[in-house]
Amino acid sequence: MANTINGKRKRFSKDQWTAIAFLIPSLILIFIFVYGFIGWTGYVSVSNYNSLVPDFSFAGLKNYLYLFNDFRFQADLRNTLFFTVLFIGLVIVLGIGIAILIDQKLKGESIFRNIFLFPMALSFVVTGVVWQWLLNPSTGFNQFLKVFGIQPKWYTDTNILAGFEWGSIEFGLPVAIIAVVIAAVWQMTGFSLAMYLAGLRGIPDELREAARMDGASEFQIYRKIVLPMLLPITMSVVIIMAHISLKIFDLIYAMTGPGANFVTDVPGVYMFETTFRGNYYANGAAIAIIMLLLVAVFIVPYLWNSRKGDQ
Amino acid sequence: MTAVNLGKVFKYLILVVLAIVFLMPVYVIIVTSLKPLDEVSLDQMWALPSSIDFSSYTEAFANLAPNFMNSIYLVIPATILSALLGGMNGYVLSKWKFKGADTLFTVILFGMFIPYQSILIPLIQFLRTIELYNTIPGLILVHVVYGLPITTLMFRNFYANIPDQMIEAAKIDGASFLGIFRHIMIPLSITGFVVVAIWQFTNIWNEFLFAVTITTSDQQPIMVALQNLSGSQIVQWNVQMAGALIAALPTLLVYIFLGKYFVRGLLAGSVKG
Repeated sequence: MANTINGKRKRFSKDQWTAIAFLIPSLILIFIFVYGFIGWTGYVSVSNYNSLVPDFSFAGLKNYLYLFNDFRFQADLRNTLFFTVLFIGLVIVLGIGIAILIDQKLKGESIFRNIFLFPMALSFVVTGVVWQWLLNPSTGFNQFLKVFGIQPKWYTDTNILAGFEWGSIEFGLPVAIIAVVIAAVWQMTGFSLAMYLAGLRGIPDELREAARMDGASEFQIYRKIVLPMLLPITMSVVIIMAHISLKIFDLIYAMTGPGANFVTDVPGVYMFETTFRGNYYANGAAIAIIMLLLVAVFIVPYLWNSRKGDQ
Repeated sequence: MTAVNLGKVFKYLILVVLAIVFLMPVYVIIVTSLKPLDEVSLDQMWALPSSIDFSSYTEAFANLAPNFMNSIYLVIPATILSALLGGMNGYVLSKWKFKGADTLFTVILFGMFIPYQSILIPLIQFLRTIELYNTIPGLILVHVVYGLPITTLMFRNFYANIPDQMIEAAKIDGASFLGIFRHIMIPLSITGFVVVAIWQFTNIWNEFLFAVTITTSDQQPIMVALQNLSGSQIVQWNVQMAGALIAALPTLLVYIFLGKYFVRGLLAGSVKG
């Protein structure tokens, strides 16, 4: 492919120039709105612009140092870590599990598929509003759990499991974050399910048939053949879910807000509140740049690899 | 034989239980939103209403209707524009490749993964400068620009499946760049346009961060209004549930009737073609 194009490079036709001309407006927009604005945010993040009056005098890394010593931001990093790990883990396990069950050629598979996929069509705001009631300690699921005598406090729980002192915060699993994870998993499992179903459909039946002929049990077939073949899909799911999780804002903002002692706070919510409610623009910009760097750690190698795969 | 059947029953059992868990929120939304006010108490959340009452919907609708219309005015032009631009970009980047085209594509693609917080502060200053802050056209511009990476990706993947020979043949027949786009690519990519349009429609309708930061009160799209509704102390939660359903309805309907295309979009946006 690339060779034929290089071969033609000498006679760059009028149409080829037209093609490039049509691409240019989009490129300009992307360069300004993505790269230019990121640069501008970076510039704000090292300024003293922490009030309504713009002040672009150079502050060095002051705002970043402030954040890393800040109780709220430390809590945010802790919450993001546990949220991301639990969220991705559950989305993958449920996605593979349900995909394998649906792929058994059971009757009514399309009904099941539609039930698990429909939350994908909803807004995180809708999910947040509804799950806020479902996991409210005095309503929702606790009405059922009464029977068993357990009444979890869900997102109002301020406990940190297995906590120990770390910086100014208690490091450990914030119990309240589990409630948010449940809502996020409910919404996003359909995504990994759809990916894994497409992956399973792509594995030729003959392969499994051959393994069966060789006397492999169903369990062995899944462990030795199917799951390894789904690995590239798992990679994609991890990356896509990780970037959703690292920049999550709307679900948490609509469902719980920062929570008591910031047990359900995340950088996205902190950035929004400090910038647009508190007018700490430089601090908000610094949070945004840290979020971007966290996402870039996952995304840049991923894009790099898929580009190499292209050629 | 019995072992096989038992296995099947077990599989069904797991799926049915999971399906019930997944549908519980739907049950609560519908049941609650149809209850008359005096039956809306926290400890009777799961109980069926004694009579069907639409007053929650009337109240939610009265609150949300203007914002619902804002979302319509936002989502239709933004979807059409971003699909057209994405189609053009995808066409250039798949059929008129030049040196560095793949690198430029990756550069564009990065834009779909960034946390939008990282461009928000300059974006708002920029929109204020061009006097589009707190306007629907401002939001349209934002969604078209930040929709470029995903729509370009989807169309580029889609057009990669159209054989190059077809383009070559058209060129020999004297078709121009735009002629090929109009008479070959667009007719062959109607499905692609449907997939991209559904994807953009759903995403823009559901979007919250741009909506809440770029617009205030009168101009706000539906999701911000829903969030405000749920944050207000005066409004009962049966109204919130009715509001959630009203806000979700357009994308749910799209999913119910065009779900196949929705799933294709979902896969197209994540698997590199």
